[in-house]
Amino acid sequence: MTTTTHQKYYVPHDSAWPIVGALALLLIGYGAATWISQLDQPEARRGPVILAAGALLLVVTLFGWFGKVIDESQRGLYSDQLDRSFRQCMSWFIFSEVMFFLAFFGALFYARVVAVPWLDGAGNNEMTAEILWPQFEAAWPLLKTPGGTETQAMPWSGLPLWNTLILLASSVTLQVAHVAIERGNRARLKLFLAITVLLGATFLFLQGYEYMHAYRDLGLRLDSGVYGNTFYLLTGFHGLHVTIGALILLVVLLRIVIKDHFTAERHFGFQAAAWYWHFVDVVWLNLFIFVYVL
Amino acid sequence: MSDTTHHGPPTGIRRWLFTTNHKDIGTLYLVFSLVMLFVGGAMAMIIRLELFQPGLQFVNPEFFNQMTTLHALVMVFGMIMPAFAGFANWMVPLMIGAPDMALPRLNNFSFWILPFAALMLVSTLFMPGGGPASGWTLYPPLVLQTGDAFPFVIFSVHLLGISSILAAINIIVTIMNMRTPDMPLLKMPLFVWTWLITAYLLILVMPVLAGAVTMLFTDQFFGTSFFQAAGGGDPVLFQHIFWFFGHPEVYIIILPSFGIISQIIPTFSRKPLFGHDSMVYATASIAFLSCIVWAHHMFTVGMPLAGQLYFMLSTMLIAIPTGVKIFNWTATMWRGSLSFETPMLFAIAFLFLFTFGGFSGVMMALTPADIQYHDSYFIVAHFHYVLVPGAMFAAIAGVYYWLPKWTGHMYDERLGKIHFWLSAISVNLTFFPQHFVGLAGMPRRIPDYALQFADLNAFMSIGGFLFGLSQLLFLWGVVRCMRGIGDKATDRVWEGAQGLEWEVPSPAPYHTFDTPPVVK
Repeated sequence: MTTTTHQKYYVPHDSAWPIVGALALLLIGYGAATWISQLDQPEARRGPVILAAGALLLVVTLFGWFGKVIDESQRGLYSDQLDRSFRQCMSWFIFSEVMFFLAFFGALFYARVVAVPWLDGAGNNEMTAEILWPQFEAAWPLLKTPGGTETQAMPWSGLPLWNTLILLASSVTLQVAHVAIERGNRARLKLFLAITVLLGATFLFLQGYEYMHAYRDLGLRLDSGVYGNTFYLLTGFHGLHVTIGALILLVVLLRIVIKDHFTAERHFGFQAAAWYWHFVDVVWLNLFIFVYVL
Repeated sequence: MSDTTHHGPPTGIRRWLFTTNHKDIGTLYLVFSLVMLFVGGAMAMIIRLELFQPGLQFVNPEFFNQMTTLHALVMVFGMIMPAFAGFANWMVPLMIGAPDMALPRLNNFSFWILPFAALMLVSTLFMPGGGPASGWTLYPPLVLQTGDAFPFVIFSVHLLGISSILAAINIIVTIMNMRTPDMPLLKMPLFVWTWLITAYLLILVMPVLAGAVTMLFTDQFFGTSFFQAAGGGDPVLFQHIFWFFGHPEVYIIILPSFGIISQIIPTFSRKPLFGHDSMVYATASIAFLSCIVWAHHMFTVGMPLAGQLYFMLSTMLIAIPTGVKIFNWTATMWRGSLSFETPMLFAIAFLFLFTFGGFSGVMMALTPADIQYHDSYFIVAHFHYVLVPGAMFAAIAGVYYWLPKWTGHMYDERLGKIHFWLSAISVNLTFFPQHFVGLAGMPRRIPDYALQFADLNAFMSIGGFLFGLSQLLFLWGVVRCMRGIGDKATDRVWEGAQGLEWEVPSPAPYHTFDTPPVVK
């Protein structure tokens, strides 16, 4: 690229969306915090209203902002260099998401390898355990906490295994769609992208069913000690990411079906969504191994 | 295709609210940081006022602890990090010959989250129960006793994190993808290098902080017990996660300072930086080591001996790449044709006083010694030496250095020198005696103290007030330039200045480097 003529890098006009989006985040944070701290009067709760307003504003921002980006892209304003900016940006964003999950995996490992054994007197903690929690016996999954809360473990066979297969299958169908878009096979692209979204929705449905089963039949709750805590926060944040990923794929699908966007050569929006989906899939595989199986 | 043609700045408030221009956003960051400097500074003044005499005079202990907590959070997340983000916005595209940041709208988004988050954080002071009083480390179970403000603190930390992560991604992509074609990585100016590595650290650890405070949040409101022994958790777990973020965080603050100093010292020594490549490797080594030493903040919490040994030894390793840097800066000045304008004075003060703070850091790396220093004013002395005459002096040096490029006007050299000498003397009056009272046993984060510390505390308070007042001179100097008072700056500004940013006019035009420049 040293001798070729330079294609101009597109620097956009001033835009209201960034500050509106930032305001939306503030309203979401402020509303949620007001709500949960019950800072407002019980007869007139402002918290949920502010939260809803913020969420709505965020949705509007996403439509407006991404709509503008799509429009600029369709008008051919974006150079290859800008395309690389998007790609690198998405990659590092996914990396930061990996680090977010790592915090919770770290908590899981620490609880399992360090905290729980220490509470039972491992290391040099024998007397502490004897005095504080004489009845407690270390085990993982932690079915009886030092405080006495009891629960049952979620088995990995059955629903979680099915869910694993569903997510793995969705990664395969997405890859088929990816090949299809590159070969210009639009019909196959639409079919397999739709299947991917459906598999994602099925996963979410089954995950919800699993939660109900856990609450009703197993007594495995969010407050059932550190086993339940790590179980729900890890699977919960993963489920949130599946939801987001499925919505992104759905938007991509609608753009393909309704507006006939993306070509065999230029389809970064599709690719970014696909990367995100594969990332969510990899997180699940780790989850399945470390939360369910081991 | 009107969208691709040039557009000047819109007029009025719109320009600042809706801007996508890296220079405007850099200015916004820097102005925000300057405002927060005085907000956080006012809190420091309250702390020093209360500590002027033993006993309780002005504030109650609860409010005192809210001041220490918010002073730290405001200075770290509201002042110093945005200041360096401002430098990055202004200077990185200029230094690498890029037309703007890689994703200009995202850039403005990153900025505007900040003032909103800061507003939410500072507003907690006015809520029932007051602001957080746990110290900036937000340790449970203490932080869980925060009043109604608790979820606001958590969400403001989330927002600050989102802002930092997005800004960091933007900086990485700008540096990796937007360099002028004939600038290979190792030809990049050191400031760009240090920011590249800092940005990697940011996306590595800010999400972990988000995870940590999320667990605090669910512990408080949803009955989880990550940090409660009764449920199988452990409060020490929070400390591990927090410091996995917190230790790299201190390098996130200091690495851009290293970058600024590495630009200034060669300019005023009229020599190229000594050991440019070794500076890059040293920076990368520091960043790597910073991720594997976190538990040296927790030597008294109860760790297995193997853990203490490991964290002690790995921590001491950091002195090696840091030493490489100090010696390289010194060697740059060796036999240089030195001149001592204000940026250089601040840079030299940085060199001495940061090194001094680094030495007390090596002392604390020794586990048996640290058990004595822990939670005393010795710690306060250490981190203020690396943060105030360290990071903040570097930021001030950078402002004086690039202000002519930003505004087109020279600052008042005499005013700058007075500001320097007052700051350099008063910062030592404030923080040097803290080593002594700390070693003698004065604990941190407590509004009252034993009588034998009275004289030195009065002394430190006077130093602190003087330091605070001196910064008004800084404000005055900056405002003068922004309002166009002062000599016109030349394009190169400094005789010995090297780099692309000095090839463009002063003030830098609204748009620079539409086509990639040639690096000489």
